[in-house]
Amino acid sequence: MSDTVQLPRWIDVGALPLLNLLLALIVSGLVVLAIGESPTQVVEILLYGAFGYEEAWGYTLYYTTNFIFTGLAFAVAFHCGLFNIGAEGQAYVGGLGVVLAALYLDFLPFPIMLIVAILAAAVFGAAWAYIPAYLQARRGSHVVITTIMFNFIASSLMVYLLVNVLRPQGSMTPESEQIAEHLRLPFIHDIAAGLGLEMASSPLNLSFVYALVCSVLVWLFIWHTRWGYAIRTVGANAVAATYAGIEPGRYIIMAMMISGALSAFMALNEVMGVQHRLLIDFTAGYGFVGIAVALMGRNHPFGIFLAALLFGMLYQGGAELSFEIPTISNDMVVVIQGLVILFTGAMEHMFRPRVTRIYTAWHLRRRAQEAA
Amino acid sequence: MSDTMHQMHGAGETGAVQPAIELRGIDKRFGAVHANKSIDLKVEKGTIHGIVGENGAGKSTLMSILYGFYQADAGTIHVDGRLCDIKGSEDAIAVGIGMVHQHFMLVEPFTVLENVILGVEGGAILREGVDKAREELRRLEREYSLDVNPDAIVGDLSVGLQQRIEILKALYRGAEILILDEPTGVLTPQEADHLFRILETLKQQGKTVVLITHKLREIMAATDNVSVMRQGEMVAHRKTAETSPEELSELMVGRKVLLRLEKGEAAPAATVLEVDNLCVETSQGVRKVKNASFSVRAGEIVGIAGVSGNGQSELLEALGGIRAVTEGQVLLNGLDVTPGRGVDAAELRKRGVAHVPEDRHRMAMVTSFSAKEAAILGYEDDATYQKGIFLNWHAISDATEHMMSEFDVRPNDPDLKAANFSGGNQQKLVLAREIMRDPELLLVGQPTRGVDIGAIEFIHKRIVAMRDAGKAVLLVSVELDEIMSLADRILVMCDGSIIGEVSAAEANERVLGLMMAGVDPHEAKAAEGSA
Repeated sequence: MSDTVQLPRWIDVGALPLLNLLLALIVSGLVVLAIGESPTQVVEILLYGAFGYEEAWGYTLYYTTNFIFTGLAFAVAFHCGLFNIGAEGQAYVGGLGVVLAALYLDFLPFPIMLIVAILAAAVFGAAWAYIPAYLQARRGSHVVITTIMFNFIASSLMVYLLVNVLRPQGSMTPESEQIAEHLRLPFIHDIAAGLGLEMASSPLNLSFVYALVCSVLVWLFIWHTRWGYAIRTVGANAVAATYAGIEPGRYIIMAMMISGALSAFMALNEVMGVQHRLLIDFTAGYGFVGIAVALMGRNHPFGIFLAALLFGMLYQGGAELSFEIPTISNDMVVVIQGLVILFTGAMEHMFRPRVTRIYTAWHLRRRAQEAA
Repeated sequence: MSDTMHQMHGAGETGAVQPAIELRGIDKRFGAVHANKSIDLKVEKGTIHGIVGENGAGKSTLMSILYGFYQADAGTIHVDGRLCDIKGSEDAIAVGIGMVHQHFMLVEPFTVLENVILGVEGGAILREGVDKAREELRRLEREYSLDVNPDAIVGDLSVGLQQRIEILKALYRGAEILILDEPTGVLTPQEADHLFRILETLKQQGKTVVLITHKLREIMAATDNVSVMRQGEMVAHRKTAETSPEELSELMVGRKVLLRLEKGEAAPAATVLEVDNLCVETSQGVRKVKNASFSVRAGEIVGIAGVSGNGQSELLEALGGIRAVTEGQVLLNGLDVTPGRGVDAAELRKRGVAHVPEDRHRMAMVTSFSAKEAAILGYEDDATYQKGIFLNWHAISDATEHMMSEFDVRPNDPDLKAANFSGGNQQKLVLAREIMRDPELLLVGQPTRGVDIGAIEFIHKRIVAMRDAGKAVLLVSVELDEIMSLADRILVMCDGSIIGEVSAAEANERVLGLMMAGVDPHEAKAAEGSA
């Protein structure tokens, strides 16, 4: 006996997130007012910075690429009932895989290197996720605790490697050598130029296309293969999974390793596409924001794409904002981003009961009218 | 409130007395579900009043409204002729209504006394309240012959005793009207009889009892009046003495129902399942099944009876490959399939073991899945459901539709969320999934728990059809009626051990009940003989 009617999809995945977003913007507006700036001007600059000119689009989509990867990563684990907050570490270690492949196998031609780099990222990211996954599946150590600890371990490990191993002789900065020019991911504006199209230059590169491909693959995997089915069963009801002969531990490990690999693909964008070397802390919190992206996108690849676009916009527009209005410092932009994450991620269910009640009442009234 | 309580004593003799409870036009909707449709009910003072109906008929909703858990959309509640506005359980308690829930609301590590005073400790210093409560508790125990040691730890007491504490709790709070919601679900027949004697005592002391149940036998044995609910409506009121189980069940379902299952003689053939000295332990090392040995042959239904929680669940889960076996051996058609030693649920399924588990929501299905997703659980690797590396949702949808029409699952919509089907339809879908694979052995637990009478009939017939098709069936149920009407042989479990075996012909409630309480089968039969 349920108290309510099921919400239609357009409310569930459309209206509710928008409502949350609106609230986040209103609260942000109040904060902006409090420091004596005009909220409308801020929104204007934010939107202009994100979409207002050709270059801005490229930057927005470049950020979006990272969020798609980390959002998908979180979603795959989440479908298995796991809260993987280790995307930072997994992406970081994935970056190591990419840079090692590009530096030590630099004799390979680009198309082969592309495949090798993808595999290297996947293997390193998945391996880093495997340890917490194993501990969860076989020893019952909670994945939230272990993945966050593995973020710190990854961070220390990478600092050690960058300072002591990967740093080129004579260099004073803890970063790896540059990746050979022919092994870098081509920028979209270069590809466009090759096709005779003129595009403003931006860091947007081929990895964006790969992110879209991964979105489709994740969708197929989760809803159209028996492994995805098994993962969802484990996530929704582990007891039922055991009853069905689906061994939860096995699929916990599988989901976490796929999640780790997807996180690591972020390194394709950052390391192979933009920085062209391994930098300290190149993950810059994208892994954590991926959690909000996935939650806001209802853990569905299409929703994740939209949410990633929103966050890409906030990142790019936010940069513009702190540049245009000096009183709005970079920290202020982080506050606005934080509010969006808070309302769309952590408090995403705030409006749900009320909206459900309103919709139920409306639905019943309409049905009564139809019956009359 | 106390003055109303005093007025009530001795009121039973005068003719013009107000009914203890009167409900007028109670109406309640949950979204699209109309749970109570303008219900009228009168419960006379000093009587035991039964309310029967199938699952989902609205009995529990009605009682929840009376006890203040829900607010009625329309209608009024009168207690002792006075209009009452019951907004919460405190209001209900204040007008003298007490409730004994189906699932006990007790703090197990506390003593009986501590449980009884919980919430009505009276003052900041516990000591005073405790001493007063001890006095009062002694009085109540004497008056209603409810024997319990006030200093016993509740967790150590049997289920029957725990239920008595719930009754004491209600009486301690000054209840004049006691509502019992499915009180016998966890009791042996003997314990249930004892409960009814207690209720009789309460009645003689002038209390009013409302008994909610779906067991007609209990209605006939214990009540003075009975009201029947069907699909949210109150369809009939009867004096118990003037009605019969047949009439009541017909009123409950709305059509004639076969109470006794018609089935032919079993024709047992070769042994399919052989269980030898099986032991199962929980992860904490508590031994739940102790050296169980038995066999099930093709073409027979073997029933396992027992009070819930005596190891039958663990036994069934072990045989289904969900729980590892710590000792002993399981043979299927002579081959070793002992679960936990390289054999899991998936492997057993491949070898022809179908399993309908006891707990539908926790185990048999994922309620957030659609019906077609639920219909392949455990068979998702099956070749007919694959197209390359992908699942063939087209084929799955067709197969689900076939299952649904074959087992009369309504509505026949493979895309509907499993949670949106009624209990009976969910169970029929699970049965369809397991039975339509034509397994060698069917393990089935509580096949009709939370299922309406119409569906029960259907499910029982399908299980008997399995047997008649020469399959082996192992049935676990805590409903004695179900075991007795379905099984050809009955094993009784108590405290993890199989106490003994009774053939269906010589089984009756008393013998089974004694065995369920741990009495040796020979003594049980002897006791029966002398009785």
